[in-house]
Amino acid sequence: MTDAALSTTTIASRTDAAEPSVSPWKRALLYALLVAVSFLMLYPLLWMVASSFKPDSEIFTSTGLIPTDPTVDAYRRGWSGLSVSFGWMFFNSLVISLLVVVGNLFSCSMAAYAFTRLRFKGRGFWFTLMLGTLMMPQHAVLIPQYVLFLKLGWVNSILPLVVPKFLAIDAFFIFLMVQFFRGIPRELDEAAIMDGCGPLRIFLKVILPLSTPVLATAAVFSFIWTWDDFFAPLIYLNDIEKYTAQLGLRTFVDSTGTSDWGSLFAMSTLTVLPIFILFILFQRLLIEGIATTGMKR
Amino acid sequence: MSISGTTERPVAGGRLRFGDGWAGYGFLAPWLVGFFLLTLGPAIASFYLSLTDYSGLGAANWVGAENYVRIATDDPRFWTAMNVTFTFVLLSVPLKLIFALAVAVALNRGLAGLSFFRAIFYLPSLVGGSVAVAVLWRQVFAGDGLLNQALNALFGFEGPSWISNPSTSLYTLILLAVWQFGSSMIIFLAGLRQIPQDMYEAASIDGAGKARQFFRITLPLLTPVIFFNAVILTIDAFKAFTSAFVISDGTGGPIDSTLFYTLYLYQEAFTNFRFGYASALAWVLVLIIAFFTAMSFLTARFWVHYDD
Repeated sequence: MTDAALSTTTIASRTDAAEPSVSPWKRALLYALLVAVSFLMLYPLLWMVASSFKPDSEIFTSTGLIPTDPTVDAYRRGWSGLSVSFGWMFFNSLVISLLVVVGNLFSCSMAAYAFTRLRFKGRGFWFTLMLGTLMMPQHAVLIPQYVLFLKLGWVNSILPLVVPKFLAIDAFFIFLMVQFFRGIPRELDEAAIMDGCGPLRIFLKVILPLSTPVLATAAVFSFIWTWDDFFAPLIYLNDIEKYTAQLGLRTFVDSTGTSDWGSLFAMSTLTVLPIFILFILFQRLLIEGIATTGMKR
Repeated sequence: MSISGTTERPVAGGRLRFGDGWAGYGFLAPWLVGFFLLTLGPAIASFYLSLTDYSGLGAANWVGAENYVRIATDDPRFWTAMNVTFTFVLLSVPLKLIFALAVAVALNRGLAGLSFFRAIFYLPSLVGGSVAVAVLWRQVFAGDGLLNQALNALFGFEGPSWISNPSTSLYTLILLAVWQFGSSMIIFLAGLRQIPQDMYEAASIDGAGKARQFFRITLPLLTPVIFFNAVILTIDAFKAFTSAFVISDGTGGPIDSTLFYTLYLYQEAFTNFRFGYASALAWVLVLIIAFFTAMSFLTARFWVHYDD
């Protein structure tokens, strides 16, 4: 115990301290290299944002980041560039993304609770199947799912995008929550049982309140992935009034072609803006989520 | 605790075990419904459809293995799609791994500002799959796009349109994928932290240089993480869709040079409404991915280092 504690403190202090073997020159060089690479990587994104404030003629003549004559004209043109305002499509995206967040939190936390805390016949069997679905590519079920939603009359509505999430279809989040729930001490459940709590009350009063970090991670990832999703809206939404911002943007590309990059960039910037904001607010959560579970993206 | 525990447990336990059985299925109910209705059922149905000529309308006529035979022997676009997809997977995955590992190792030297750089490098992974970035890519690699403007300003070089040239268009998509190395880098960073610092100290006392330390300590101890990243990235690369779709206007062009497998599948299913044939294509993709995953796990024991 003391040995372990000692060795962790030494490791911690070693990594905190500057490595003695790296000379200041090498260190400076490494910094310069990192700054250069990160600048190069971010440049296209920064340039897109900058160009959205440039008049169109300047986009093709200037590789710089500072518009000589900043204007929001492109935003005005883009916002009403399609027969339906982009505002409406942003609203659709927001509704779908929020419903998906609710659906995932609701259904995946329930399943994860059953897998980690409740005893019932076949639990191991179902758990193995759940893990199996993690590995399965969605393409295997795509067409029958589409046919099913077609027969139900759900195509061209948000139902195919939202309802499956209330049925815990994103097994990844179940897995994430299972990992977290396993870390919650069982003594807390037992104490609650002594107090006469049933499974539902333990779930609501003990497990969920202690799980805010994992619920937040799942919520942020659900939101970002749904907001960014292109494939499902592409196959399920037909009317332009029902389009998400991503679909709207791609339709806008089709209709303007390469004639109006300014407004394309303006609308592109707006569609990634919510992700930028979530990234800045929840950066630590997102990075820890990836580091601990190794999730994609 | 122990006394009240022994007296109360049988009662509480008995009640709980009964209650739990029902409660377990109660809590699992949404997942169970989803599993049968949206995963297992459709998986079986899709295999059945792959043996028919179903078009979405009318009846599904049984055609046996005909779809699969046609895929193998009489569908040049399938082979084009395979070629494009394999080129994409075999180039983007190793490049992504190398970049992710190199940057992670550079960042793991106790530099100040680690979290800042980590966030910057991660950002492209977060937004890279969006339509907006695909739109941006179209402009950057267009004939009069950002890249050629920069090349012209710096070297006076008149670049071609990288997007509309069939011999370069796929490479712009590979570059787009490699640009998103950030999430793998974060997983590598987490892995690097697990390597005990005293191993390096011991090695440097023994006179091992930095390069030797990297190849003898870092790389072998990181193989489980490399393996994990490689499997995840490969599966993801096979499933790539959005960027190719947006950049090529859904065609996979120019001249099918960016016809990703998923894009071809989409066209067959939702443009041509050949649900039967597309289901067969889907199962071929599933088998390819399963084969690659199985192969990685089978070869893992020859190169992945585990502690015990």
